[in-house]
Amino acid sequence: MTASANEPSAAGEELAAEARNITKRFGRTLALGDVGIAVRAGESHALVGRNGAGKSTLVSILTGMQAPDTGEVTFFGQSAPPLQDRQAWQRHVACVYQKSTAVPELSVAENLFINRQSLGRRSLINWSKLRRRAAELLEQYQVSVGPDVLVADLSVEQRQLVEIARALSIGARFIILDEPTAQLDGPAIERLFERMRALQDDGVTFLFISHHLQEIYEVCQAVTVYRDAEHILTAPVAELSRPELIEAMTGEPGGLNVPGAEDRDAVAAGSEVALSLRGLSGDGFTGVDLTLRRGEVVGLAGNASSGKNEVAETVYGLRRATAGTVEVRGRVVPTGDVPQALRHGIGCVPRDRHHQGLVLGLSIAENSAMTVLDRLGPGGAIPPSVLTDRGRRAIASYDIVAAGPDQPVSDLSGGNQQKVVMARALASGPEVLVLINPTAGVDVKSKESLLGVVDAQARDGAAVIVVSDELDDMRVCDRVLVMFHGEVVREMPRGWTDQELVAAVEGIAEQ
Amino acid sequence: MTKVLTPTKTRAVASSRSRLRFAQLRDLALIPAIIVLIIVGALASDTFLTAGNLIAVLQQQSELSLLVLAEALILIAGKMDLSLESTIGIAPALAVALVISKEANGLGVGVPAALAIPLCLAIGALIGALNGFLILKLGLSGFMVTLGMLTMLRGIQEGLTQGKNLFEIPEAFTYLGSSTWLGLPASVWVCVVVFAVAIVVLAYFRQGRSLYAIGGNAEAAKAAGIRVDRVVWTVLIIGGLLAALAGILMTGRLGSVAVAQGNGMIFTVFAATVIGGVSLDGGKGTLFGALSGVLMLGLIENILRLLHVNGFWIKAIYGAVIIVALVVTRVATGKKQD
Repeated sequence: MTASANEPSAAGEELAAEARNITKRFGRTLALGDVGIAVRAGESHALVGRNGAGKSTLVSILTGMQAPDTGEVTFFGQSAPPLQDRQAWQRHVACVYQKSTAVPELSVAENLFINRQSLGRRSLINWSKLRRRAAELLEQYQVSVGPDVLVADLSVEQRQLVEIARALSIGARFIILDEPTAQLDGPAIERLFERMRALQDDGVTFLFISHHLQEIYEVCQAVTVYRDAEHILTAPVAELSRPELIEAMTGEPGGLNVPGAEDRDAVAAGSEVALSLRGLSGDGFTGVDLTLRRGEVVGLAGNASSGKNEVAETVYGLRRATAGTVEVRGRVVPTGDVPQALRHGIGCVPRDRHHQGLVLGLSIAENSAMTVLDRLGPGGAIPPSVLTDRGRRAIASYDIVAAGPDQPVSDLSGGNQQKVVMARALASGPEVLVLINPTAGVDVKSKESLLGVVDAQARDGAAVIVVSDELDDMRVCDRVLVMFHGEVVREMPRGWTDQELVAAVEGIAEQ
Repeated sequence: MTKVLTPTKTRAVASSRSRLRFAQLRDLALIPAIIVLIIVGALASDTFLTAGNLIAVLQQQSELSLLVLAEALILIAGKMDLSLESTIGIAPALAVALVISKEANGLGVGVPAALAIPLCLAIGALIGALNGFLILKLGLSGFMVTLGMLTMLRGIQEGLTQGKNLFEIPEAFTYLGSSTWLGLPASVWVCVVVFAVAIVVLAYFRQGRSLYAIGGNAEAAKAAGIRVDRVVWTVLIIGGLLAALAGILMTGRLGSVAVAQGNGMIFTVFAATVIGGVSLDGGKGTLFGALSGVLMLGLIENILRLLHVNGFWIKAIYGAVIIVALVVTRVATGKKQD
């Protein structure tokens, strides 16, 4: 990954989308305070900000899902249509969200022409014609999926392309991508960027939202920063350094301040072994050996099909091993059984906080104590004071910004939710920590504090496995194991470079 | 560079107390409606506010309330059980039939009368266990499995008794449903105790809290080390057990086991549960709320009866009243029902 891709923008002075003086309140919360954005036609414009800065609200206003309290939105100089006229909005703008807006159990063809299946005529649906038109459309935008495939069977990458093709076919020339890379692996991200550049050449404008600042330097020409519901700056990407960008986002000088492994003393070769995997095989991986000492942090890197997530989930008991053993301090842990893993001193931040990490309707206190509900009082009793105290301690120790321990987790921003997941993993005081995508979808500040927790745990003697696609997460590791097609293919000690690691992950041998 | 976390203790405390109070208020949302109903009842009929009438309301609602308790537990854990209304009939029917003679429409196998109650409870638990096996182990749709079970169990009861009601119930079996302790029917005491235990367990024990975690997000509960299938299965068994207990109370109150015992009750059960604020999607609601839902429906039914509404119209009115009650609850709590 290089930062040199800022070719001079092909954009003219015309504005594909503009929002002026937008204010939006939800109850007493100010979501946007007199902000604006001006996206020039033909550019890729990045919108960045910490969780809660107001990005999502702006997107919902730019796509006509919500009306601003004050202010106005224009597309190519024309005023935005009234909110009820969805079809007019669709001709101006489309948004590809992290969560699919396609109907999973319908075919790609039907999704492409949803709500206009009769193709402009007042007639019955002509299915063969619909399929043909869909095939043409997919061909035109070089999306290599068949029109008859169910959307549910598509990969995230394919689904995004189908949604982009749908938007373009309706006539939208301004497309918002809301964290499109969050669920993609390296090669898929590269393909997405190539696609964006090609469409840009055809005059399509993008508003690109991402927490990965590197990506913004790679694919965008301009960047707008929001912070705490306010517009901080808009500038050409080429004129803004990384520390300046981070300062704009956080309001504090200095770049990303994540702890590195070099700050800790090297783990002595003779120190106590906390976790050992011997010949571990399971869903999508075979013969993984690993010895992890107390105070050591090991990274597992690899692409989406490398099996890295599956190894981690097997260690924590979310999956059953087909062969091999997991041992904590010499004691064999039965696999496929989370309570056993917990009892043996393994804690875990699972892959996806919404899927496995949190019960959104329950409070911070309950979520953070969920792994230790059996230890709070005699006979399974949960004294409310103990629970509240747990919640309060989690809020204090992990830097969670919240109204109090009784606040439902659903009220929190993504970064704070992730800290609750971390609190839940650490509640049992584990000797072995398994962290899968621990900083996925969180802002810079939250990332700093989450990685700070990892560092602090290692200093306290915990053994940590970090599984992640993000280079920043790997910097905290004493060594990184690279997996490819279910096997560990390379071990990289401290001092690796980004290029080396990326090359190894993509399977380009450098040895 | 050493990372030191900065604790933000100060801002944590401020609004937690008000939030807690708000949550409790929500729980009490139906109390005003119940008070209004009591006033309406007092104005509508002189007999309404007599001790006799109010006690009768409580006793009649005791069986319903046990079913509502069962359904609330199951719904909070993210499942549903329609077959409860048949369990309340078949469990006492089968237990009694095993005890009484052929002349009294029983099976005449001569099981000792003392076993009738344990048998009845065991049958209820067994039905819950069977539901659990079909839903959790075979992965069948809970709605369809329990709907099938509802029909099948009712059919078994009809086949077993050849469509006749069972009389000559052993005295031990009718005791709970027909006695009075300290001026109140024993069945009311039973409900009070069962609800009190359940409310405490659900609020202050991990076994209870795990129901909310499972109903809210089963995957997250599993990843936190909660044995999801085991807990849900247990809840389904407890549901069957409670329905059987309700069957014992009803049999005692009526002095016989009717073929249609419990028939059609499941609608009222769901109505009371949802009016009481339990979500059909799981993970939300309290037993106190569900209990106030039961009381509300019981009062409405009683008032309609005291007003001598034409028997042929009572079903239509009752259905309409439940829909109105849902609307009122929606307005009163400001919460979307799902």
